[in-house]
Amino acid sequence: MNDAAKPVTERIAGPEDYFDLLKPRVMSLVVFTAFVGMAAAPGDVNLALAAISLLAIAVGAGASGALNMWWDADIDAVMTRTAKRPIPTGLVPRGEAAAFGGFLAALSVALLALASNYVAAGLLAFTIFFYAVIYSMWLKRATPQNIVIGGAAGALPPVVGWAAITGTTPIEPWILFAIIFLWTPPHFWALALFKQGDYERAGVPMMPNVKGAASTKKQIFIYAVLVAAVGVAPFFVGMTGPAYLAVSIGLGGYFVFGAWRLLKADDNDYGPAKRLFAFSIFYLFALFAAIPVERFAGLHG
Amino acid sequence: MADPHKEKSDDLRQRDRRNIAIALGLTAFIILVFAVTILRLGASVADRPF
Repeated sequence: MNDAAKPVTERIAGPEDYFDLLKPRVMSLVVFTAFVGMAAAPGDVNLALAAISLLAIAVGAGASGALNMWWDADIDAVMTRTAKRPIPTGLVPRGEAAAFGGFLAALSVALLALASNYVAAGLLAFTIFFYAVIYSMWLKRATPQNIVIGGAAGALPPVVGWAAITGTTPIEPWILFAIIFLWTPPHFWALALFKQGDYERAGVPMMPNVKGAASTKKQIFIYAVLVAAVGVAPFFVGMTGPAYLAVSIGLGGYFVFGAWRLLKADDNDYGPAKRLFAFSIFYLFALFAAIPVERFAGLHG
Repeated sequence: MADPHKEKSDDLRQRDRRNIAIALGLTAFIILVFAVTILRLGASVADRPF
C-alpha cells in the first residue's frame, strides 16, 4: 500500500500506485477462478499459451478495476474501506486512471485473441464492459440488486478460462459461473451488514440500508442454500469426482449453517456477519481449489 | 555529493521509476506477442498436411 513517510499529497505517484489501480486482490481471485476453468477444460494444452492467456485475463480484470476506480472516485473517497485508493488520495488523476484502464483493456483483449481464440477474447471484453459500464456506471448507484446482477462480471472468468482452452462454452463452465454468481450476494451483503454506515454515507443503495438487516439476512440465507445446491452440481455433470462431492457438501453445509446463525443473530451483533464474510472467501477458494487438486491427484475417474 | 543521482528530487526519482516501469511493460508486451506468434506458428507448421 501507499505507506509514504510524508503526506501522500507531497509525493507524486510511482508505478506501485498505478498497480494499486488494478485492484490486485480482486485480480488474484480472477486469476485463480480463471485458472480453475482452464484446468477443468478438456483437451491438449500448450502450457506457454495457457499461461499467456491467463496473464491476459488478469490484466483485463485489472483494467476493469482501474475503470471502476475512475468512475467511482467520489464514492471511494467517503468510504473507509476505499479512501486510501490512489485517486481519493490525490496521487493519480481521474483521467489517467480512465486512460490506463482503457489502454490495458484493449491490450489484454488483443493479447487473449492472439494467444487463444476470439470466443475467449470476446468474453473477456464483455466481462470488462459489464463490470465497468453495466455495474459501475449503471447498477451500483441505482438499485440494491447492484451486486446481484453485477456479480455476473466476477463470475465470468472461469468461462473465459475454459473458452481460452477449448474455444467453446458448454454447460460445465457455466456451472462454475453459477456458483460464483450465487455466492456474490451473500458475500457482499455480509460485508454490507457490518459496513452499512459506509454505504449509507456514500449513497450506494446496498441491500441492508435499503431493505433493512432482517430482509438482507433472509436473502443471504436463501442465496446460501442456492450456492450449496449448485456447489455439488459439477459432480453430477461428470466434471468432478467423489472427492469434490464430499468437499462441496461439507463446505456448502457450513455456508448454510453460517447464514442460519446470521439469520438468528441480533441485528446489533456484527460477529456472525463478519464470520460469514470471512468464511465466504474461504468457501469459494476451497471449493474451486478442489477441482484442479482432485484432477491432478488423479482422483477424478 | 559527487553522485548526481543523489541530488535528484523525490519527484524526479518517482518519474524515473514510472518511465522504467512503462519501458519494462512495453518490452514485456512485445516479447509476449512475439512468443505467441512463434508458438502458434510452430503448432501450425507441425499440423500442416504435407
